[in-house]
Amino acid sequence: MKFLAINLILTVIWGTISASFTPANLLLGFAVGALSLWLIRRELKPVTYPIRPLRLVLLLALFIKELAVSATKVAILVTRKKMALKPGIFAYPLTARSDFEITLLANLITLTPGTLSVDVSGDRKTLYVHALDCADPGALRQDIARGFERRIREAFER
Amino acid sequence: MSHLTDLPAWAAIAVCGLLLMGAAMTLIGSIGLLRLPTFYDRLHAPTITTSGGTILVCFASMLCFAVLQSRWIFHEVLIIVFITVTTPVTLMLLGQASLYRHRFEKPQDVPLKQGPHAEKDRE
Repeated sequence: MKFLAINLILTVIWGTISASFTPANLLLGFAVGALSLWLIRRELKPVTYPIRPLRLVLLLALFIKELAVSATKVAILVTRKKMALKPGIFAYPLTARSDFEITLLANLITLTPGTLSVDVSGDRKTLYVHALDCADPGALRQDIARGFERRIREAFER
Repeated sequence: MSHLTDLPAWAAIAVCGLLLMGAAMTLIGSIGLLRLPTFYDRLHAPTITTSGGTILVCFASMLCFAVLQSRWIFHEVLIIVFITVTTPVTLMLLGQASLYRHRFEKPQDVPLKQGPHAEKDRE
């Protein structure tokens, strides 16, 4: 019963993907959703963090903006004849605490061209990030802290 | 059996633009993969291809078939979601493996791991 909401969302997704909202098809979608939830029942935990749709949209907008900016930068970089590279790894002190937030942050950093998260320390306080242009690690740290990490914490912190 | 000629001009122009931009990003990513010198650097190039290229091409496909069949189409959103969720994991794993080796062979070049598991990892 706890996962009825998830099941309903899965049903709606089923409906949109198969492009028909007939009752029979929705019922089938509901059954498939229930089956898939049942298959992963041991991993399921009720959602414990609050969901803030507006903040999520802001995070998405920031991601798209960062994507456009850094994709252009890297594109210019690799198409130049002489590549002026100063690659390096820097340690980023994490303020995000939960595993979910850290995973999301690492994923977003990796998806943005030019930066790549490579490792997280055992105590989950430091993220190691490889940057193509690591001439000024301080500025990069500030970019992440003020950009992605702030937005993630706004969206998901309890 | 191509109905692509039925596409109105405004949609055709938008689809072409998206496709060309996506293709250009994919090409740039491939060039980057080819030209960048070290392993870490090379890991950066595919992210342009996956994030930029895939998303743009998927948008082009969505727009094209949504206009042709005059209904909303969401299949490509699934492609985008799966690609954006799985690609970074692969890259991070590769990067982590490489960093592990790097720390082992030339620990002076990279920031060492701190925290409770650090000693165990360094052995």
